[in-house]
Amino acid sequence: MARMKFVCDAERCIECNGCVTACKNEHEVPWGVNRRRVVTLNDGVPGEKSISVACMHCSDAPCMAVCPVNCFYRTDEGVVLHDKDVCIGCGYCSYACPFGAPQFPSAGTFGVRGKMDKCTFCAGGPEANGSQAEFEKYGRNRLAEGKLPACAEMCSTKALIAGDGDVVADIFRNRVLRRGKGAEVWGWGTAYGSKQAGQPGVATPEGAKS
Amino acid sequence: MKKLIFAVVLVAGLSACGDKPQVLETIKKDSAAFTGTGKAFANQDWKQGDKASWESHLKARNQYGQNDYTRMN
Repeated sequence: MARMKFVCDAERCIECNGCVTACKNEHEVPWGVNRRRVVTLNDGVPGEKSISVACMHCSDAPCMAVCPVNCFYRTDEGVVLHDKDVCIGCGYCSYACPFGAPQFPSAGTFGVRGKMDKCTFCAGGPEANGSQAEFEKYGRNRLAEGKLPACAEMCSTKALIAGDGDVVADIFRNRVLRRGKGAEVWGWGTAYGSKQAGQPGVATPEGAKS
Repeated sequence: MKKLIFAVVLVAGLSACGDKPQVLETIKKDSAAFTGTGKAFANQDWKQGDKASWESHLKARNQYGQNDYTRMN
């Protein structure tokens, strides 16, 4: 099996936040912590694009590189997980991550940072698979139940695909071949505008948000 | 005599000084996902503990659940 991967199709994402809700519900994530978020470019402007973002389970994860207590580890499937019993809540991973994946609960006394929390690719943590301790610290372990991440399985437009990297790539490749390809469908031009995509990048409409 | 008592107290005092041994807490060993949870709530289409079965099941679930082109046509 290849590495587990997420892909979000900006052509399909309708910013419904179903993935965010599915994640919060599945893992009973506390208020203020968002393991997954939907980011929209040019919000409110015709041609706006949205993608769902969480931990991308990087092959060379910066969070792992900067962690002073080495609480991160990678599973055989390439899922980046961490041990909350080792985490000291320093927040270095939060600064290192380009996706803003590490989250910190702020409900403690004086807003003190607690243990880091992030997307687990629904793979739980180092506690026993399916145990109550694992659920309370990391959420449900769907991979060990023979299921895929709840966010992707819940996605109504199938914009968010998750699973074995080879299969995910095949699904996305097949989709692109069927609907056409190029800057007008996917890529830099879609996100930021281009002549080919019909949205000159220089003419950003007033009030456009990034 | 005073010197001897002073020396004994000094040795006893210094021997009491010292850090407790500090052991770096390391990551607990995580069990592989294919070993399953051992609970009935898990999907029944694969054999828990069988890696090949788990992988093929997940690939099939991926295709069925997320590739709408294969479902439509």
